[in-house]
Amino acid sequence: MAVTTYVEAIRQGIWEEMEKDERVFVIGEDVGIYGGAFKVTAGMLERFGEWRIIDTPISESGIVGAAIGAALMGMRPVAEMQFADFISCAFDQITNFAAKCRYRWGAGIPIVVRGPSGGGVHGGPFHSQNPEMYFVHTPGLKVVCPATAYDAKGLIKAAIRDPDPVIYFEHKFLYRRVKEELPTDDFVVPIGKAAIRRKGADITIVTYGAMVYTALDAAKELEKEGIDLEIIDLRSLLPFDKEAVLDSVRKTNKVILLHEDTQIGGFAGELAAIISEEAFEYLDGPIRRITAPNTPVPYSPPLEEFFLPKVSDVIRVARELYAY
Amino acid sequence: MKTNILARDTVPPITLPPDKTLLDMLYYMKLTRELEFRIERKLYRQGKIVGGVYVGRGQEAIAVGSCIDLRQDDAVCPSHRDMGAFLIRGMTLRTILAQYMGRKTGATKGKDSNMHMGDLSKNLVAFVSMLGDNVPVAAGIGLSFKMRGQDRVALCFFGDGATSRGDWHEGINMASVFKVPVVFICNNNQYAYSTPLERQMAVENVADRAEAYGMPGEIIDGNDIVAVWDAASRAIERARSGHGPALIECKTFRMTGHSAHDDAGYVPHELFEFWKERDPIHRFEQLLTDRGLTTPTAIEELQQRINFEIDEAIQAAEKDPLPEPADCLRDVYFEGTEE
Repeated sequence: MAVTTYVEAIRQGIWEEMEKDERVFVIGEDVGIYGGAFKVTAGMLERFGEWRIIDTPISESGIVGAAIGAALMGMRPVAEMQFADFISCAFDQITNFAAKCRYRWGAGIPIVVRGPSGGGVHGGPFHSQNPEMYFVHTPGLKVVCPATAYDAKGLIKAAIRDPDPVIYFEHKFLYRRVKEELPTDDFVVPIGKAAIRRKGADITIVTYGAMVYTALDAAKELEKEGIDLEIIDLRSLLPFDKEAVLDSVRKTNKVILLHEDTQIGGFAGELAAIISEEAFEYLDGPIRRITAPNTPVPYSPPLEEFFLPKVSDVIRVARELYAY
Repeated sequence: MKTNILARDTVPPITLPPDKTLLDMLYYMKLTRELEFRIERKLYRQGKIVGGVYVGRGQEAIAVGSCIDLRQDDAVCPSHRDMGAFLIRGMTLRTILAQYMGRKTGATKGKDSNMHMGDLSKNLVAFVSMLGDNVPVAAGIGLSFKMRGQDRVALCFFGDGATSRGDWHEGINMASVFKVPVVFICNNNQYAYSTPLERQMAVENVADRAEAYGMPGEIIDGNDIVAVWDAASRAIERARSGHGPALIECKTFRMTGHSAHDDAGYVPHELFEFWKERDPIHRFEQLLTDRGLTTPTAIEELQQRINFEIDEAIQAAEKDPLPEPADCLRDVYFEGTEE
């Protein structure tokens, strides 16, 4: 079996769904002849033609609006935001039109809006953001953040087949750094299911996206000190796998919530509330958060390095919590 | 002038539609007016409709004249002053009234109010309050027709105010770039809430904007239903045969406030007087009478029939159940097993 990168896994997932279902098409900026800024749609124009791989003007709201219109007429659009940061330009179409159609008048909007999010590549304030929480706060949407090549492929396929609008954040730091052998059969990863990336007894870390690897690296170091981390990769934020989180916390009795997104209004706050509501009596220490600070994502290397949660942060907080 | 390439002086004089179509137009315009009169002046004031109410009094010719000849498989994206579109597409009076009264039997089962209704089985797309949002959506509808080689057309309605929004420009641009089969219809009723046109845009006409996007624009008298029908028919035919979108600006006037609570005190009285003389229904009744297609007695009988239909629908809708409180939680996501 060939080793497949995260970015290639997304490409394969879209490609396979397009082969299988002629309603599926791609719409976005530079997705055609150029194959997408990160080459997620490379080669698709030649295979599927200009009416299924549609290059658009620079119009994020127009792209999502057009995807909604096509979906209303029975199509299955996959809209690309060249960078996830630009999804703010389409915020209204996503949150007011796509998210509310089914609730208001029973019209499902089976669209996928996907784009590269996250930092670590010196992209600066407008090419590094993690905008997931704007959408997690919008009932009617689903939000997924895959961390592995397997999940990237399985979740894009699940997202395309889903009858509701799915916002798919792919972490650009992982595009070519993460790879694995993928099964050759047709598989999906169900939306709303977490994965346990490492089984452990002492502390639960709940995380998603690129921070899964930060947690895994920290676990390797902490193992030498006899601190055994359990790592939950949420994979989906909306809906999210509450039982997987609670089961793990009930077992380890200590929890660290880790994400690359900024702290105020980040997903860790929601998780902390649920854990304290539903597993309070199992806790043997405070719920700890490790997140980016409440600033825009800075550009210069020392600034960005400061901004992003690091392995050393996880090690420090885990030691504190372990000693509690 | 390039923006007027669809204008009447460049095409043969208007041929009237068949008599049956003319009489249908009269019915739907009068039905729209009476229905909205009951909604705004009766049911709302009686407290039977809560929240906001927006009507299109004086603008009835636009939706009726442009939708009357559409095919069932064409799509319509109405805005909030296009009641005629819903009626022509076959949404029943009872469903519409139940919608306004928040009943479970309304088009949104009580989830949304007033004109915010749609029905995919009728290719009617529900409006949202963010003006102009339906423009890129209509472009996408047209795109889906074009990519599948279907000869279907979408009609997209908006007011003059919506043309100031970014989404309007993105959608119009995209529709033109892709040459999709969409006809954009502007109800230019001169006011966006209390804001007059000159505060809305520095060009004289909404149709002038079409040229910047490379699509034909045409200005018509929106209170002349035959002119609306004529311009829409030409634009629809043009779109259906693969020549792309067009923008029709219907000059009209909002003969009410923005919504039922607004007395429109900011509108000069003379403007209402001027446009009252140009009432689309009275003009059309005169035209049909002059042509021997109707009589004052027949018009009165038609009015009685409409009143009766609406009375019946109000009675039925009032007896319809309100939603259960817990319905609040339903239908956020797909709840079935296969769609």
